[in-house]
Amino acid sequence: MIPDNFSYLAPASLPEVWDALHEHPDDAKILAGGQSLIPLMKFRLANPAYLIDLRHVPDMDTLAERDGALVLGAMVREAALERSPLIQQRYPGIHDASAVVADPLVRNWATVGGNLAHADPANDHPAMMLALGARVVAQSPRGRRELSIDDFLVDTMETALQPDEVLVEIHVPQPAARSGSAYLKLERKVGDYAIAAVGVQLAFDGEVISHAGIGLTNVGPKAIRAQQAEAFLVGKQPSDETVREAARLAAQAADPTADLRGPVEYKRAIVRTLTARALRLAAQRATALA
Amino acid sequence: MTTETTPIRGMGHSVKRKEDPRFLRGKGRYVDDIKLPGMLYMDIVRSPYAHANITRIDASKALALPGVLAVITGKDLDEAGLAWMPTLMGDKQMVLPVDRVVYQAQEVAAVIATERYIAADAITLIEVEYEPLPPVMDPFKALEADSPLVRPDREQKTNHIWHWEAGDAAQTDAIFQQAEVVVKQDLYIPRIHVSSIETCGCVASFDSVEGKLTVYMTTQAPHAIRTVFSLVTGIAEHKIRIVSPDIGGGFGGKVPVYPGYVIASVASLKTGHPVKWIEDRSENLQADSFARDYHISAELAATKDGAMQALRVKTLADHGAFDAAANPSKFPAGLFSVITGSYTLKAAHVEVDGVYTNKPSGGVAYRCSFRVTEAVHTIERMVDTLAQQLGLDPADVRMKNFIQPEAFPYTSPTGWEYDSGNYPAALRKAMEKIDYAGLRQEQAEKRARGELMGIGISTFTEIVGAGPSHTFDILGIKMFDSCEIRVHPTGSVIARIGVQSQGQGHETTFAQIVAEELGLPVENITVEHGDTDTAPYGLGTYASRSTPTAGAATAVAARKIREKARKIAAHLLEANVDDLEWQDYKFQVKGSPGRSVGMKEIAFAAYTNFPSDVEAGLEAVDYYDPPNLTFPFGAYICVVDIDRGTGQVKIRRFVAVDDCGNIINPMIVDGQIHGGLTMGMAPALMEAITYDENGNMQQGTFMEYLLPTAMETPVWETDKTITPSPHHPFGAKGVGESATVGAPPAIANAVVDALSHLGVTHIDIPITPWKVYAILEAHGVAEL
Repeated sequence: MIPDNFSYLAPASLPEVWDALHEHPDDAKILAGGQSLIPLMKFRLANPAYLIDLRHVPDMDTLAERDGALVLGAMVREAALERSPLIQQRYPGIHDASAVVADPLVRNWATVGGNLAHADPANDHPAMMLALGARVVAQSPRGRRELSIDDFLVDTMETALQPDEVLVEIHVPQPAARSGSAYLKLERKVGDYAIAAVGVQLAFDGEVISHAGIGLTNVGPKAIRAQQAEAFLVGKQPSDETVREAARLAAQAADPTADLRGPVEYKRAIVRTLTARALRLAAQRATALA
Repeated sequence: MTTETTPIRGMGHSVKRKEDPRFLRGKGRYVDDIKLPGMLYMDIVRSPYAHANITRIDASKALALPGVLAVITGKDLDEAGLAWMPTLMGDKQMVLPVDRVVYQAQEVAAVIATERYIAADAITLIEVEYEPLPPVMDPFKALEADSPLVRPDREQKTNHIWHWEAGDAAQTDAIFQQAEVVVKQDLYIPRIHVSSIETCGCVASFDSVEGKLTVYMTTQAPHAIRTVFSLVTGIAEHKIRIVSPDIGGGFGGKVPVYPGYVIASVASLKTGHPVKWIEDRSENLQADSFARDYHISAELAATKDGAMQALRVKTLADHGAFDAAANPSKFPAGLFSVITGSYTLKAAHVEVDGVYTNKPSGGVAYRCSFRVTEAVHTIERMVDTLAQQLGLDPADVRMKNFIQPEAFPYTSPTGWEYDSGNYPAALRKAMEKIDYAGLRQEQAEKRARGELMGIGISTFTEIVGAGPSHTFDILGIKMFDSCEIRVHPTGSVIARIGVQSQGQGHETTFAQIVAEELGLPVENITVEHGDTDTAPYGLGTYASRSTPTAGAATAVAARKIREKARKIAAHLLEANVDDLEWQDYKFQVKGSPGRSVGMKEIAFAAYTNFPSDVEAGLEAVDYYDPPNLTFPFGAYICVVDIDRGTGQVKIRRFVAVDDCGNIINPMIVDGQIHGGLTMGMAPALMEAITYDENGNMQQGTFMEYLLPTAMETPVWETDKTITPSPHHPFGAKGVGESATVGAPPAIANAVVDALSHLGVTHIDIPITPWKVYAILEAHGVAEL
């Protein structure tokens, strides 16, 4: 459990971060909360020669609504999300997700930006962000660009970030008047990665679903958007039958592999169960908010 | 400072643990806290293969790294005759391999460096070439004629280690032939790991001037280890000192001698410096000895009305590559033959075959007195299986078949003499506490609505406190245990004991025993253990043996002191020795309660004013050879609810009624039971070690090896009955392992009960959500 030798860099601004990335193009890793990277290094599964810590970079921990969106700085800690009344009241799906990331000790350090940029399909935020239609903001010496979460998540532990880019913010569209979100996770024990987890968001026009977002955790090479299920729900009331069919479609979208968290069929079944339960919970929350 | 009115707080008091102030303040002194001047650090290269020839080891790059002082390989040890060491089971075990590895993560070479980090870097620089061999992973296939050999070093060219049996085969078979009902069930008790929070490690320090080797070591049995070390190394036993400091959990996993201890000792001899070796978590999980791994086939014969008659059990025991368990010599399968449990049977026959496989050593008595967990799981599942087949309530079947209170001492069909028990009383108490009748009614109503709820019972009998010298020894050393007590002139006391605490609270409970016997306040009594230079010889703490053996020795030693004190008291009171009685913690002249003297005064007199025919001082030693084992028991009832959408099992209630005889410290017993229940729940629902076909161990971190946390743990409801042991000096029985042994079948029985109306008769542990869900789906009751 002792990592290989590495140098620790603590730049105080984004330009300094870019300089460091520029100087060490092949063997530097950006350190956010470190709750995935440090264990990988301790097992010597990752051996970066340089760690570039973001914690002294200013303005990376914004947590506020601005211009129609929730703006989350990449360095916002999970514990901050979990404790934020704004998140709890307006973005219950994000709140659900932050509360089931690992355990409280990890959440004191872990960041939402790290959770997304690490792009582990087992991480909890990617699927929830898919459901919410989030956009991520990347900055490099070449400028600032915004991309959809769908485009950002490329493959297992692979994002669309260029080598000189830093993920700086996540923008989540503000919820519509009658909407609700939820994230449900089944784990073998507290602190575990998901056997499967499902994030959903529903918006209503009267009694009818006007928009649906569904993201799936740890049942494929990356977080999966259950597109068919989303499309199926739009224009319908969330009856038992509709929820069941959407859950079945979400399970079809899952592409799990068998491991110590269970066989393929089981994981698919869990996606179905959790999708149905999350849809019911989101609908209930939408009603409560209305 | 205590006064005459300071309470004694002996037996039965929930005295706060004397050891807790240092633990709660983070001031415990564990092996890794020990830092000696000039200390070096050891790290170990481990095999990536489960079975392979070693064709080359090149340490030159590691030796070139600044700070690296030595690399030790099997060839180096072989030259000193130390490449192999004896196990406590009469097998031998590699310390470092000369040419072959036999399990994944086996020690291959060791690096000694000036810094821990340098040692970690250096092990990556050692080049080892392997020639992989087919691994033997399945114990059944291991016995096939064409199986590769795990241990070609042995004369016997087979993977079969030993055959062991107990009971009467002919009588058992005869009953089965005539039986009205026979139920049969195969059970697998999976391989699990003790996972004590402190991993194993040592600081070995050889003093070349004195010629003395001191090893600070995470061991549950320091004295036995000293003897083994002396036999292995040839160093005279008085030139070896084993110190077991504070130990962060043992659970049986710290009884065996691990190669790291020996290599570190050799390294200290070689370098002339103290050498520290501390395993990391993955090394601990992957390479240290394992528990359970029993493949059991059980049959129970009974009458149509549910009277149990005979039990027939065949078992394959996967022992890994070395038979390195720490069972008493005559019991290669431990006390597994207690498998007839709490029930009257006419006959039983139990067979166990030990098998080698390419896995680390198995057979650790993980918080169970030598294979009792496996035995209890089997009989408690079989009783339920019988009840289910006959359509009877499992509580009724138990009540019908219990050994009755008046039948004790009871000789079991496999030859154990149960000392005492009152099983119906314990079960009745548990049933009342949990409202068993009400639960059955609730279950019927829920079933009608399609909801799944189950109630499981376990009425186990434990067998602990090994043990009487006529039957029990380890490598020939009889399983007595010891205590040496000295009373100081001012009435304070030091008691040294042969057993070793790993969290059991000995510093408190043994002080309470002395307090009770001598009438001195518990505050003034220090208990020491773990240093072989000062403590009396003993076999150590495991198998719930401390209180039955060393606890008894403590009481007897204190009573020897009391007898001497009686003479001094007579002198002080100017009375005849025979006219004194011990009452209210004082000697008083019979019929004259005013004329009395307490132990504090007597102690002072023992050094200042003793009679001419009495030696000065006040101390005694006792080596206690228990006449029998003790047989604690309990009745556990578990209620589970099953989530039809996920297969998750939720323990809603769990009532544990335990009987461990007379209790020294109720709070500590309660703590033992809470911890034990949690450790019993873990293998029932979560924990298991598995290997893939290439011999890769799949749970090498706590991410995959699922220890329960407070979040998974239900509220345990504990209660007790008290049936004192008739042969123990103060009527106590061991309790440390009852709950670990008793809990798993209560949970498994509850889950099977929840699904029994679907025709489910058995589920092997761990009962994972996907196992349950597959059953729900197969029977069309999964939530869709």
